[in-house]
Amino acid sequence: MGSTTEQTNSTSSASGFGGMQARSAEALNTTARISVRNLDFFYGANKALKGINLDLPDRQVTGMIGPSGCGKSTLLRVLNRMYSLYPGQRAQGEVLMDGRNMIDDSVDLNELRSKIGMVFQKPTPFPMTIYDNIAFGIKLHEKLPKSEMDDRVEWALTRAAIWGEVKDRLNASAMGLSGGQQQRLCIARSIAVRPEVMLFDEPTSALDPISTLKIEELIDELKRDFTICIVTHNMQQAARCADQVAFFYLGELVEVAPAAQLFTAPREKRTQEYITGRFG
Amino acid sequence: MQQTITAEDSAIPAGGAKRRTGSFGDKLFEGLCRGAGVLVLLTLGGIILTLLIGGLPAFLHYGPAFITSDAWNPVEDHREEYGALVSIFGTIVSAVLAIIFAVPVAFGISFFLTELAPEWLRRPVGTAIELLAAVPSIIYGMWGLFVVVPFVQVYIQLGLGEYLETIPLIGFIFESRSFAGTSLFTAALVLAIMILPFIAATMRDVFLQVPPVYKESAYGLGATRWEVVKGVVLPYTRISVVGGIMLGLGRALGETMAVTFVIGNANRMPQSIFDPSTTIASVIAMEFPESLSGSMKQSALFALGFLLFVISFLVLASSRYLLRSRLKA
Amino acid sequence: MSTTTMSPLLKARNESAARSLGRRRKMVDSTIKWLCLIATVAGLFFLASIMGTLLWRGLESLSLNTLIAEFKPTSYGEDTSAPGGLRHAIIGSLIQTAIGTVIGTPIGLLVGTYLAEYARGSAFGNAVRFVSDVLLSAPSILIGLFIYQLVVLPMGGFSGIAGALALAIIVIPVVVRTTEDMLQLIPNTLREAVIGLGAPKWKMITLVCYKAAASGILTGILLAVARIAGETAPLLLTSFGNNVTSLDLSSAMASLPIAIYQQANSGFPDLIQIAWSGALIVTLGVLAINIIARFVIRGRH
Repeated sequence: MGSTTEQTNSTSSASGFGGMQARSAEALNTTARISVRNLDFFYGANKALKGINLDLPDRQVTGMIGPSGCGKSTLLRVLNRMYSLYPGQRAQGEVLMDGRNMIDDSVDLNELRSKIGMVFQKPTPFPMTIYDNIAFGIKLHEKLPKSEMDDRVEWALTRAAIWGEVKDRLNASAMGLSGGQQQRLCIARSIAVRPEVMLFDEPTSALDPISTLKIEELIDELKRDFTICIVTHNMQQAARCADQVAFFYLGELVEVAPAAQLFTAPREKRTQEYITGRFG
Repeated sequence: MQQTITAEDSAIPAGGAKRRTGSFGDKLFEGLCRGAGVLVLLTLGGIILTLLIGGLPAFLHYGPAFITSDAWNPVEDHREEYGALVSIFGTIVSAVLAIIFAVPVAFGISFFLTELAPEWLRRPVGTAIELLAAVPSIIYGMWGLFVVVPFVQVYIQLGLGEYLETIPLIGFIFESRSFAGTSLFTAALVLAIMILPFIAATMRDVFLQVPPVYKESAYGLGATRWEVVKGVVLPYTRISVVGGIMLGLGRALGETMAVTFVIGNANRMPQSIFDPSTTIASVIAMEFPESLSGSMKQSALFALGFLLFVISFLVLASSRYLLRSRLKA
Repeated sequence: MSTTTMSPLLKARNESAARSLGRRRKMVDSTIKWLCLIATVAGLFFLASIMGTLLWRGLESLSLNTLIAEFKPTSYGEDTSAPGGLRHAIIGSLIQTAIGTVIGTPIGLLVGTYLAEYARGSAFGNAVRFVSDVLLSAPSILIGLFIYQLVVLPMGGFSGIAGALALAIIVIPVVVRTTEDMLQLIPNTLREAVIGLGAPKWKMITLVCYKAAASGILTGILLAVARIAGETAPLLLTSFGNNVTSLDLSSAMASLPIAIYQQANSGFPDLIQIAWSGALIVTLGVLAINIIARFVIRGRH
């Protein structure tokens, strides 16, 4: 990584963990944490993303909407290189983070994924205790003494707004939690690694309305510290959570705009048709 | 059965009659199926019963001492004496050793086939490993006798034996008194290769059943492939994995011909893993054909068979219980 | 809520420590990958070693004479007559395997049908399924003991039919498992469509379900044949073996595995040679059936 990392370390500590308290909630941040440039994506011979250009502003929520198969989830899976698990899937173009192209072969995937966390559609608690679920990710990247580990687990669970519900049964199996609790546990598990970016792939589509509300509040809370990208098929959710919204259609990024503008005065006809329910 | 179908086909035009034969046919067919099911239960019951009846004279004559005695004197006079301890010991030790040898290799193969191998390689390699399970037991026996036995003799016993013997406390396990190459160790080695495909296939199948999104969650935290398997896949599948291992154990306990070729068939208590020994199944295979019907020897062999049945039934039943979720899927 | 900001107890991540941990993790990962590759190569090596040994030793003396001559004791000194062969064993194996399959298959088919079509979830059905699965892996020598008590003793001696019956018991659970599995793959909508035409259930099963599951069921039968063609232990206690060609089911009958067993253990090099040829024949036959079975089921899916 070399000098690039050193440099970005200093920028991220200015705007990241250290400078957090100084940042006022109102300040509009326009620095891009991740910049996608001319990104194409292929499933075998099938082109699933065509020339995507998109900035994810630092510590803001970017919502990605569009009909199923439009490529929004695919883009999410490019951002943390999840596609690299599967032969035949490949990306072309640039995904810039800290000045590096993250889809380059030389990138250390484990390190990349420790910086970009992901929460999936269905809750995915591992078959172990609540405590071990959180500790799993931390242990991968850091060697912490027991007391620090305890603190970190508590911190992550608190940030994910589930500490109160589980603090008395940290050694119980995570499988026994309700669906909404499991999803917040998964969010805590991602936070515990202290990523800089959090990706949410339709995180509430398997949950009831009350759990959904809790997750949305949580996302709003988390954006103080994390750059967030959320894929959703629910336009109300995008309107509630996102600062900027990107509309995808047939593998193309049709329009990206601040949420209020995209839902009230879209520039593109296709966006207009989608948000008014003409197709999708 | 084929005939009933054609007869019924030709009867189709007659409307009213058709319905009656239909319901009669239904009853008959269901009865046949159920009857076949009963036959399967009767077969198992019959096996238990015949083994017990055949072994009863020996059980009654020797009492519980049959199981704890290490005697085996087939000379047919008043000194004739039979005990099961040596062959029970050999059966269990060879099977457990086989499991110890086979499980890490089987895990490696299934990890390779599910996570590491490129797509095009998975099917041919998987098929080749499965074919290991198709090779008949007698072939493993011959191959074992003419290939594995000399190998163990030269490279393990002569090559490593001296060093292994000097290990403090457990060195005696590796002491070689017989250099024939036929031993408990060789039997376990051949058994391990035989049960390898069963354990590997079960592990591969259950690994594949882990929903990809769980693995992705772990990858998403920055885990390596090994960390994903150790942290998520194995905890997720541990019950079925143990079930697969029990299946291998059950197979190893009852394996006959291959073991008969390479274990040395010595009816005395082995002192080290390089001593010749015997198992229940190979004692039966070696001695039953030359035993006289109605003799105490034959009864003792039936009694051994009954004990083998009990042991392997318990193991196979627990395997099936552990694998039940996989069977349902 | 004080936790809205990163807690001060969380020191910024120590990048160099993280990187050295990362290097160690990657080393562990790649070590394990190599070990797994070695394990797989070892598995393939065993198969190659078995096949190589069989081809090398088996082809040496395999000739037409091996297939058409009968057993002959080892030759001494000046004896220049043609060596013995395995005709008696090949014929005996074919007969016993065929009869075993013919008896075992219909029973296995009916049991599999019962489990898939009639007894889903019933206690009796679960018991049958459980027992069948246990029989599938039960020590085959015990089946030999069972048939010895049931058939050999009452008939007053070893016989080909006793051997065939023992093999039939081994066929049943193999056919049961594949039949049930294959029938369960058939979607219920297909069953409903047939019943909806007014067909009785037994016709639905025999005319439609069996047809839909045919390739799978055939695979099961082939696998069962491959399994019993190489079975040795139960035959030792039932058909015992015979050194001459015999078609008489009521007397002792030779079989390839038994002939291999006896000649391999004879200690005479010429007989051991013939045992290798027999081993090659059995193994090639069994593996060929296995591979054909895979193609049968793959061709359909």
